[in-house]
Amino acid sequence: MDFGGINPVILIATLMASAVPILLAALGETVVERSGVLNLGVEGMMIIGALGGFVVAVQTGSPVLGFIGGAVAGAALSLIFAALTQVFLANQVATGLALTLFGLGVSSLGGQGYNGIKPPATGQLLPDALADLPVVGPILFGHDWVVYFSIAMTAVLWWVLKATRVGLVIRAVGESHEAAHALGYKVNRIRLMCIAFGGAMAGIGGAYVSLARVPQWVDGITSGAGWIALAIVVFASWRPWRVLLGAWLFGGITVLQLNLQVAGSGIPVEYLSMAPYLITILVLVVMSAGRRGKANGAPAALGQNFHASR
Amino acid sequence: MGGQPPKPPGIFVDRKWGPVVLRLEKRPTPSRFWLYATPPVAVILTMIAGGILFAAMGKNPVEVIRTIFWDPMFGEFAFYLRGQLLVKAGPLILIAIGLALGFRAGIWNIGAEGQYIMGAIFGASVGLAVFPTESRWIFPVMIVAGAFGGWLWAMIPAILKTRFNTNEILVSLMLVYVAETILAKASTGFLKNPEGMGFPGSRNFSGYPAAQNAFLYEPLGLHWGGVAALVTGVLAWVLLTRHQAGFQIRLAGQAPRAARFHGVSPARLVVLCMGISGALAGLAGMFEVTGPAGQISIDFNTGYGFTAIIVAFLGRLNPLGIVLAGFLMALTYVGGEMASTNLGLPDAAIQVFQGMLLFFLLGVDVLTNYRFRLAVGAL
Repeated sequence: MDFGGINPVILIATLMASAVPILLAALGETVVERSGVLNLGVEGMMIIGALGGFVVAVQTGSPVLGFIGGAVAGAALSLIFAALTQVFLANQVATGLALTLFGLGVSSLGGQGYNGIKPPATGQLLPDALADLPVVGPILFGHDWVVYFSIAMTAVLWWVLKATRVGLVIRAVGESHEAAHALGYKVNRIRLMCIAFGGAMAGIGGAYVSLARVPQWVDGITSGAGWIALAIVVFASWRPWRVLLGAWLFGGITVLQLNLQVAGSGIPVEYLSMAPYLITILVLVVMSAGRRGKANGAPAALGQNFHASR
Repeated sequence: MGGQPPKPPGIFVDRKWGPVVLRLEKRPTPSRFWLYATPPVAVILTMIAGGILFAAMGKNPVEVIRTIFWDPMFGEFAFYLRGQLLVKAGPLILIAIGLALGFRAGIWNIGAEGQYIMGAIFGASVGLAVFPTESRWIFPVMIVAGAFGGWLWAMIPAILKTRFNTNEILVSLMLVYVAETILAKASTGFLKNPEGMGFPGSRNFSGYPAAQNAFLYEPLGLHWGGVAALVTGVLAWVLLTRHQAGFQIRLAGQAPRAARFHGVSPARLVVLCMGISGALAGLAGMFEVTGPAGQISIDFNTGYGFTAIIVAFLGRLNPLGIVLAGFLMALTYVGGEMASTNLGLPDAAIQVFQGMLLFFLLGVDVLTNYRFRLAVGAL
């Protein structure tokens, strides 16, 4: 069942795992953007989560506590963004960039002394009897719990945004903060909570990179995953299931190019490793082309700060 | 809207006493005082917060701050370090001025790092292609090639934005990663020094006088890149304040709708701003590779393209302010290296310090357009 040295079953199983970091971060950012906030600091929150998760997991020996640590670290960093944009009404684009620059610096500073350590492993969730089944085993049952968590979160967020009161409030704030304010909702408080949620999700995603994907601590470990997550939110038109699709497509491309590098396809390694970024650009072009303004599904108040003058 | 009688002056306006809270109130016009006071206040706040950070790392905060901000200018080795200031400030100023033009118009080119790399590769390629010429024309041609390389790289997000409405932030950033792989390919492949005994990296321009960006006046650290940075600062200031295009840029940023009625074409503005910032970043890369860096190597780029974003905001998106901000940021680089060798301060601490500066800038900036009022919470 091999095609040019690449086994499709393994490929699918690996892409589901490799998509987890960007999937979680993109889901979090979807909620943030649905509430009308553009947080470009995803990369910074992810790498802080990667460091926080790694440190907690190594210190406690528990990967689960590590992921919680990653979530807390990501959320804590996102609160800086929340304070600056929601309280001090700073420009969201500039603040997001600052968050990424700051996060990269802090992670590089805090990560010193953690190089070359192996974190406790996040094992397979289900028993081997299921995971060893042919074809469906590796794809459906062979993963660690975070993979299932990421898929479950997709479903939960889809349901919350679509069918619950909380989701309606979040969408109202993101579409028209004036109207939401007039109805008595605390626009900035709701946005602040969405930002913290987005930070926690990005933090878990980052922790998955350092605890499961790599798994060790390297400077700049997320290498642009946060930016790709931002692109996937646009690709997905701000809808959770499409985020899942986009993340898996992207995970597939990444895994495929890595496999091609190993298999020695004759394509120079440099060109293969730039493929994910080029394909992201291509996808962005296809998704944005011909759909201007509101038709692309962007929340109407995206990126605008709200100040309740009355 | 309206209808309410104006509130009487004073703090206690309500008949019922609620908790006293700080309330934000929009100023009728932006405060000129805070426009100029924001950067110094942010720098002081960053020094305080940075001092706390350094103290937490077990360093003497006063000593670290002095090493970073005082010693490069007036310390024991200042005769050498002062020259380093312009070497670092040059590329930062060049890139930041270009970025600021776009930021003013609401066009967010954050891929300057990639344009900087491409400028260096284009400029170096032209020079190395005719190695070892002694023609005096080669350096000017390389300058043009460097600017062209950066311009070309910035045109990709610009054209995609105008044609397909693609987000320029994400595209320009993705292209940084692409440029980094091309840089790796250049230093191990098509620009590799044939006499380099197999080590990665191109020929060194220090052994190639016609194409070298040598110091014009070494004690000040002045090379052609520094000249270009200072000249660009003045030109950009003239453009913004005295020229039609500058007016259009400011108008498009402050009142996009009014700009359209005024006949400003958003597409042309995107191409213009991205093009200028790309060309300037490319120039910076070209001057760097032929001067201070000396050669194309895998780790040639050091993040100037990202730090320049901080410089642009620190200079309040004003070309003359950016020249000052560039020197201040250069101080943190030069002083940071001093602190790293003398006091064992990790390089990453300087990165954190620079990030904090941007946070404080953006936070304090609220005072330009708003003021805080003590008020009794309505109840």
